[in-house]
Amino acid sequence: MSQPKTKKETEDLLELYRQMLLIRRFEEASAKAYSMGKIGGFCHLYIGQEAVGVGAISALEQKDYIVSTYRDHGHALARGLEPKALMAELFGKRTGIVHGNGGSMHFFDKNKNFMGGHGIVGGHISLAAGIAYASKYRGDGAVTLCFFGEGAANIGSFHEGMNLAAIWKLPLVMICENNHYAMGTPEYRALSVKDVSVRAAAYDIARDHIEGDEVRKVREHVRVAVERARRGEGPTLMEISTYRFRGHSMSDPAKYRTKEELEKYKQGDPLIKAEKDLLSAGWAQEELTKMDEIILKTVEESVDFAEKSEEPPLGWLYKHVYAENV
Amino acid sequence: MAVLTYREALNRAMTEEMEKDPNIFLMGEEVGHYEGAYKVSQGMLAKFGERRIIDTPISENGFAGVGIGAAMVGLRPIIEFMTWNFSLVAIDQIINSAAKMNYMSAGQFPIPIVFRGAGGAGGRLGAQHSQSFESWYAHIPGLKVLAPYTPSDAYGLLKTSIRDNNPTIFIESEVLYGSKGEVPEGEFSIPMGKSDIKREGTQLTIISWSRALMYVLPAAEKLAKEGISVEVLDLRSIRPLDEEGILASVRKTNRALIVEEGWNVAGFGAQVAYLIQKEAFDYLDSPVERITQEDVPMPYAANLEKSSLPSEEKIIKKVREMIK
Ligand SMILES: Cc1ncc(C[n+]2csc(CCOP(=O)(O)OP(=O)(O)O)c2C)c(N)n1
Repeated sequence: MSQPKTKKETEDLLELYRQMLLIRRFEEASAKAYSMGKIGGFCHLYIGQEAVGVGAISALEQKDYIVSTYRDHGHALARGLEPKALMAELFGKRTGIVHGNGGSMHFFDKNKNFMGGHGIVGGHISLAAGIAYASKYRGDGAVTLCFFGEGAANIGSFHEGMNLAAIWKLPLVMICENNHYAMGTPEYRALSVKDVSVRAAAYDIARDHIEGDEVRKVREHVRVAVERARRGEGPTLMEISTYRFRGHSMSDPAKYRTKEELEKYKQGDPLIKAEKDLLSAGWAQEELTKMDEIILKTVEESVDFAEKSEEPPLGWLYKHVYAENV
Repeated sequence: MAVLTYREALNRAMTEEMEKDPNIFLMGEEVGHYEGAYKVSQGMLAKFGERRIIDTPISENGFAGVGIGAAMVGLRPIIEFMTWNFSLVAIDQIINSAAKMNYMSAGQFPIPIVFRGAGGAGGRLGAQHSQSFESWYAHIPGLKVLAPYTPSDAYGLLKTSIRDNNPTIFIESEVLYGSKGEVPEGEFSIPMGKSDIKREGTQLTIISWSRALMYVLPAAEKLAKEGISVEVLDLRSIRPLDEEGILASVRKTNRALIVEEGWNVAGFGAQVAYLIQKEAFDYLDSPVERITQEDVPMPYAANLEKSSLPSEEKIIKKVREMIK
């Protein structure tokens, strides 16, 4: 995509850049807190993939739904979930977004139609189809966006969910964030195709395939799919190529890939790209540095907030096992 | 009072609830045009149309997930599994999504869904089509598990399940669909967690549910003729469990026998036995006993199948031993 031309375009990119930077800084802080033992369990970082989540989610309206995987920090922040509540969730505190019941892999926010981080690879794809199904049932005009990795494209749930979405023409946009590895398994050892989106042909639905390093380009492409879904023309299967700069999770040193490969992909860091574009559009470096400082402060505050928050009371152990019947 | 078959009672419960609440829909394989593999949804497509009576392809994991997703945003799906045997390919969704969503989301996303369909041992269907999964699902916090025996209970409990804001595992018995029973006129529902004394007695309590009662009730009848008075408690609701009801009966009769169609190892009856020994130990005049399906996959041969299941004879023999 070409550089922003007008002032409006530049401001728009600036906002997207801000969101990506927030994700980057938030996760750097999470990584630090994790190494200090303040965050437990699995912690899958999104660093490197920011343009996908931010670009895609910025194509949505408030009434639309997002369904995410265990790698959900970036999607949640892009959707505008409170950094404080998310960090507190990572710390397992009562002030967390789901009060310490979820942790890194299970962020939910009903008010933002953020329908969860889900820990079973691909299991959430049919849930997303179900949410889209409800939109169709009610005619509420909402679209559901579902993220998953290329590893998930090999599980039954993916195929069943796609077939159901296809036969019922559900307002669903399926985004395969292909970061080329499922844990330690490179795509060529696990996928029968080079481009997941070609599997759309098997279900006779629309497809798209792009590189995910330019945030505005991602948005533009996702928007086409979202509009198609909103018009009632059914689901789209998209592959957006990207790369994670960290290991699969915090406990993974990522020895299955070379330094050279990582360096090569770092050239395409979506933040650096956006930053370059902003600078050449005439934005001052000091402005961007100031923005970074503000973000760092927000993140610091969220860590501080998480740190100072109390753990959930033990009396909450049994809370929410069952919903109340009213 | 009307006499309805078990399947008609289920049909009536779903129809009445769907008439009242447009958020309810029925989804599953063959539920619409075919009117249900066991004809439970007979006439419902004609009444409610394809928007609400939805035929799916064979993809249990997929449509279980679709139901759960729809429930996340406030619809109230009834998902029919043709039989519970096929729920196994959807068990990930039932356990990992439906049962835990409310908890993981700290109460933001309750899942008001009913998974229902035929369960239990059937007539010579062999190992893959003839098994009971109550114990499996009862193991999972976040699920409710029901297994009614009579048409009246089927009606009343299905209504409660549909209205409940939690995922409910509603296990119907394949061989009971045609069985008849009186169902009171007018609308009623039956609360979960309430057992029902299907027969009063004084010397021993048989705790059972679903089709195993087909053996238990006639056995109790015969024992009565021998002068042995057996109380028969139908749990109906496996989770929540009517602990009070079980204990009250056992404290009265001082003996307990659990009869279940599922397997013995880690079976639900073990949980009931634990409850009894823990809370009513001093009342017991004999050890708590169990009769279960034999510890084998269901054989096909008629004689083997029969011998592997609980039976009137096994129950009578066991009760006699316990009373001695
Ligand atoms: C059904 C299932 N199998 C295995 C796992 C363990 N696991 C978690 S993430 C992962 C890799 C998934 O890779 P991909 O779908 O490409 O997503 P990415 O992590 O690259 O974002 C695996 C194997 C799981 N969570 N669920």
